[in-house]
Amino acid sequence: MKDLRKDFPILSRLVRGKPLVYFDNAATTQKPRQVLEALIGFYENHNANIHRGVHTLSDEATQLVEESRTKAASFIRAPKPSQVIFTRNATEAINLVAHSWGRKFLAAQDEILLTEMEHHSNLVPWQMLAQEKGVRLRFIPVTAEGTLDMDTASRLVSPKTKLVAFTAASNALGTLNPVERLISLAKQAGAKTLVDASQWTPHLPTDVSRWDCDFLAFSAHKMLGPTGIGVLYGREELLDAMPPFLGGGDMIQRVFLERFTPNVLPHKFEAGTPNIADAVAFGAALDYLSAVGLMAVREHEKALTRRALEIFRAEPEVAVYGPADVEARGGVVSFNIEGLHPHDVGTSFDLDGIAIRAGHHCCQPLMMRLKVAGTARASFYLYNTLAEVEKLGPALRKTREFFKKTTAV
Amino acid sequence: MAEGDAELQDLYRDVLLDYFRSASRKGKVEPADCHSHGINPVCGDEVEITLRLGPQGSIQAIRYQGHGCVISQASSAMMAEALEGSSLSRARELVGIFKEMMLSGSERKLLPTELEALAALEGVRKYPMRVKCATLAWNTLLQGLSSPAAAGEFQEVE
Repeated sequence: MKDLRKDFPILSRLVRGKPLVYFDNAATTQKPRQVLEALIGFYENHNANIHRGVHTLSDEATQLVEESRTKAASFIRAPKPSQVIFTRNATEAINLVAHSWGRKFLAAQDEILLTEMEHHSNLVPWQMLAQEKGVRLRFIPVTAEGTLDMDTASRLVSPKTKLVAFTAASNALGTLNPVERLISLAKQAGAKTLVDASQWTPHLPTDVSRWDCDFLAFSAHKMLGPTGIGVLYGREELLDAMPPFLGGGDMIQRVFLERFTPNVLPHKFEAGTPNIADAVAFGAALDYLSAVGLMAVREHEKALTRRALEIFRAEPEVAVYGPADVEARGGVVSFNIEGLHPHDVGTSFDLDGIAIRAGHHCCQPLMMRLKVAGTARASFYLYNTLAEVEKLGPALRKTREFFKKTTAV
Repeated sequence: MAEGDAELQDLYRDVLLDYFRSASRKGKVEPADCHSHGINPVCGDEVEITLRLGPQGSIQAIRYQGHGCVISQASSAMMAEALEGSSLSRARELVGIFKEMMLSGSERKLLPTELEALAALEGVRKYPMRVKCATLAWNTLLQGLSSPAAAGEFQEVE
């Protein structure tokens, strides 16, 4: 892993006069030169609209986007590239399912099973659907350790359950959820499944064919790719049965003055000129990650997380959230210093050049469950080093001592 | 003192930390003539401002409660202290002066007597992400004043 840092230009910059330590990877990751070059290279050499031109540039641009789609499909082991729909991000992918599948196939009294640890992106679209259709939302509780209470989960599914939608990995706790058990639980009840893989796909191998999920959503920007491009994977027969989400552009096959016939997959769900350049650069990010290998990424993150947990646990007055076992969690470590607001912790770390996240991580219900206003969070990726993790200890101690000294009555 | 400490010291000045732990104007005025609730959705910080008007419409008592970081709590406490006793029109004026100081960086010497303690928040201006912590209570109060006797609701939006 040590040699790949040179691929990331931003890692050599200073923040407040100190070397940047970027530990906010669960929010977005940095981009390697290969991705930046793909983006510039596209605009410099191939820029044109896709799927409609007969000229060379349009043909090249179309091919580049479709190559990225094929790469994304193979990255998640999707049977066909046409099952990969490009969206703006995971949030839009989930909204697409709620609007298109949810509106058509769900009715009052149906139930959607979610978890208490969902990101707002996999919560609010279902709340909106529930308001509109009278659908009932139910929630798998989170245990004190930050894992899903699977006993209660099995009691919550019933023939009324039409969808089980859950995050594969928690952005706030780091918890890796039992994806296959949740999917099999849903299947027993005849429910469809949606996996929010935003925090999984960048860090661990994703296999939609083995999982046999119905929908899966993730974002490129959390896996070395550019912002503004995400993926919805769906089971073919479900996508075929779903009405278009947005109208116009590529989603059309034939249009008459008063009606239209929708295009085939994946174009049916890709209205308007898509985010062509970012889709192309996303392909470069997938190439990069594939070359490094996700198992290597996982092992590296485990080493960083193990050391970070040791550091946090050795400090008095520091609470760490989520599972104790590194095997049960991704590279996300959420913590609080007793009596201190996470924002004050975040600013103090920033003064040392350490970028961490502070706040509710778009999981307000989970924060209520943990009875905290928010947490500070360090999240790791393949370019972080053990030497960087070692900086957490001094930063923690400095922060705790400073506020203790000055707030003591 | 370590290097990082000097920067922390500049942002979190002692007077600010004193206000953070001071409880003198923490709580709720009941019944209140003006009541408003503010939330910063980005971090989840919340503040509730209540006040009672005295004769001639001056602010007789003002209290704050809620939860938040050192900066938002200290700023709330300083605001309550600065505005108690002011007329409503003067209070609006002071809110305007404070917000201008935080947002546009006007000089410290221009601060009126009532707001002198607020100079302790100058350091926050170097951290744009934290300015909304400092202004939350002030914007919330302003919202409440625009609909006195009614519950004002304010959201600080990025």
